[in-house]
Amino acid sequence: MWRQVGRRFARLTQAVRRARRSAGIGLLTPRVKRSGPPKIDVSRVGHRFGNQVVALHDVNIEVHAGEFVCLLGPSGCGKTTLLYALAGHLEPSGGRITIDGLRVKGPGPDRLLVFQEPALFPWLNVRQNLVFPLRARGLSRAEADARAREYVARVHLDGFEETLPHQLSGGMRMRVQLARALALDPAVLLMDEPFAALDAQTRGHMHQLLQQVWTRDRKTVVFVTHDVREALVLGDRVVVMAARPGRVLQDLDVRLERPRDPDDEALVEMSRRIRDELRRAEAAGAAEGQDARIAADGAAPLGPAPNLGAPL
Amino acid sequence: MVPLLIWELLSRIGPWPHWLFPGPLAVAASVVHMAADGRLGTAAGRSLARLVQGYALSALAGVPLGVLLARSTLVRDALRPVVLGLQALPSICWLPLAILWFGLSETSILFVVVMGSVLAIAIATEDAIAGVDPLILRAAGTLGIRGARFHAGVLLPAALPGILTGLKLGWSFAWRALMAGELLFVAGGLGQLLQNGRELLDAAQVMGVMAAIVAIGVAVDRVLFRILELRVRRRWGLVEEPA
Repeated sequence: MWRQVGRRFARLTQAVRRARRSAGIGLLTPRVKRSGPPKIDVSRVGHRFGNQVVALHDVNIEVHAGEFVCLLGPSGCGKTTLLYALAGHLEPSGGRITIDGLRVKGPGPDRLLVFQEPALFPWLNVRQNLVFPLRARGLSRAEADARAREYVARVHLDGFEETLPHQLSGGMRMRVQLARALALDPAVLLMDEPFAALDAQTRGHMHQLLQQVWTRDRKTVVFVTHDVREALVLGDRVVVMAARPGRVLQDLDVRLERPRDPDDEALVEMSRRIRDELRRAEAAGAAEGQDARIAADGAAPLGPAPNLGAPL
Repeated sequence: MVPLLIWELLSRIGPWPHWLFPGPLAVAASVVHMAADGRLGTAAGRSLARLVQGYALSALAGVPLGVLLARSTLVRDALRPVVLGLQALPSICWLPLAILWFGLSETSILFVVVMGSVLAIAIATEDAIAGVDPLILRAAGTLGIRGARFHAGVLLPAALPGILTGLKLGWSFAWRALMAGELLFVAGGLGQLLQNGRELLDAAQVMGVMAAIVAIGVAVDRVLFRILELRVRRRWGLVEEPA
């Protein structure tokens, strides 16, 4: 009898797990704090543009080595500002950003920014676009050539080595940029809505490719996007941000098997909930009006930051 | 063809003496005559040799000057007003000063040619560099391309289409400055041949040399620079590929 009960119980928990999965419960949880020193540490970072617009307000994010973190939010939430601060192209007006414990001061070879536009050198062909920065890093011609060939193949562009960028499609140019970034082997890859300008189908291919490459290399990736579905397909973690002032709303772990399917039931449900959350935050922000009584350096106010919206 | 016909008719039936206003046939005959006895070839050769020297100096000085103007605030603040001001000065106005400094010599002519074109090249280069897509500069930054490799490998190629336009402009300025210089003192180029024609009261020779000057100018401008520009623009993806 006990065996029967046990079996029934097992069946029941399985059914519950399946139901929870299809409802996306338990697959998207508040971030569990990891032990050990983080690779990237964003601590109490604030930023103002022209001393007026609060682009970032008291942002705290820890990223561990090998994590794929998506910064998700509407335009104006400061996600791109934060990414550029990580890249060292911009200095935040408050707080500190460290990588491996060292404060970020300007761009460095350990980080590489991938732009929304392909940003290739138009006068160089595909191979030369990879070889040129590799040579600048001090590789010999033979080494650089071999590395370029390897990474061009990795993004499935074999046969296009001698083609000029303007002769390629948008998706192919994006792949060249990705290959160029990966070939330089940076510890941290910073991606600024790299697929936003592509059509849906090409974007899908790029997601597959990026997942495939990431599962292989396990680089630390910080990926900025305003597309909830994209964030859930790609990220181990999704940091949901809100605008006015730019701040972190939720920091979530995504517990979905890879490779992920953007049409997966659970994923669709999760994205719906995040969208609701974002909408609520926006409404609350609009109701509260311009609550910008924040210290001039954009750092934290004395009280705790208002926690908008319920946890998921 | 029609303008030539009208020109010929005008020279024959016009009220002016036809030796002061020769028709195209007389001019052509004069050109053939000058070419046959070698005067035209020698003069054109001497002028072009000077031009190449002066122009090469201009380009070698003008492009780096333009880069400095665009990239260094110090140089821009110090030199930009001077460069823009002197650019307004017709190049031949440098000749008296050149003669005081260098005498009636080749150097004087070279000086005038360089001064006539270097500033135009510098200003066009500055514009071209300032107009480089900031995304390309940011990409170079994140890829860690710096120093000489950045200037020679990113900045100059990115600005090359604009620089080429400046070099073309500089070329036509240099050509004008050279002709003006050669007209004003005896130096054995096309300008002097023009002056000779005047002294001999040979209007056909004057017009023939003028035609030769136009032909050389157009050939370099429309053929040499046009081809170069087209090739660069095609490589850079700035024009549609010919179907």
